Amino acid sequence: MWSFIHSLVSPKYFFHVTRTLTPWLIGLFFITLSYGLIGGLVLAPADALQGDGFRIIYIHVPCAFLSLGIYAVMAMAAITSLVWRLKLGALILRHSVPLGTMFTLLALITGSLWGKPMWGTFWIWDARLTSELILLFLYLGILLFQSALVDKPSGERAVAILVLVGFIDIPIIHYSVYWWNTLHQGATLTLFSPPTIATPMLAPLLAMIAAFFIYYVLLLCLRLRYELIATQGNQHWL
Amino acid sequence: MLIALKNFLYMGGYAFYVWSAYGIVFFFLALQWIMPWRQWRRWSKQSAHEQHS
Repeated sequence: MWSFIHSLVSPKYFFHVTRTLTPWLIGLFFITLSYGLIGGLVLAPADALQGDGFRIIYIHVPCAFLSLGIYAVMAMAAITSLVWRLKLGALILRHSVPLGTMFTLLALITGSLWGKPMWGTFWIWDARLTSELILLFLYLGILLFQSALVDKPSGERAVAILVLVGFIDIPIIHYSVYWWNTLHQGATLTLFSPPTIATPMLAPLLAMIAAFFIYYVLLLCLRLRYELIATQGNQHWL
Repeated sequence: MLIALKNFLYMGGYAFYVWSAYGIVFFFLALQWIMPWRQWRRWSKQSAHEQHS
């Protein structure tokens, strides 16, 4: 049992599995993306209050979802690299950071472009926005920290500990719209109650979230494969 | 047809916000895709070159 799990997380096995998976994931990405874009921009009706301006939701929510989701993945990878010293965990952690930074930045940019016409301001120091900005600073800090420690053996562990300490921000972001009075609307999608959005608007949103998530997995695989082959000198796997 | 396209691009008056948001997101997504891909291409070209020489 343990040897099976161990073979699953070995870099070599990972390399071969991702090679067969990549074309399928690229196909799935373009299918979900095109359905999400057409459904969101053309087929979904305009919102009763926000008109066509609400269509920013189809990129804002996936970006915000991934900014939190990637951090959760990083925290899990940090635990595996700290506790079991998994090489793959440390690699996933390192290559997720730039992608997570990008999605956090995009969530903030698209959010302020949505806030300007609806709230009348690009930025306001409210709970959801401020905690998301703190997440961006966390990502930037981790990015700088790991680039400073890249050649030190203790560097990976230090970055992993920093990631775990920063994880406290994730539930704060999620619950900020319930704990404080805020301009930001509450959650549209929740796990256990029906969504507060009509089905023709919901389906493209789920497709876009799926597309962005597949994009993250694809990019992570691309970066990890390059790292394993070119930087760590495993050319004979090709 | 043209009017429908114009209406679509007009986005009910929110054209600037909607299209700039979409533009920025897809610019960054493309950038993050192209950077590692080009790195990979450069490396494979280089290693092929090394094998021949």
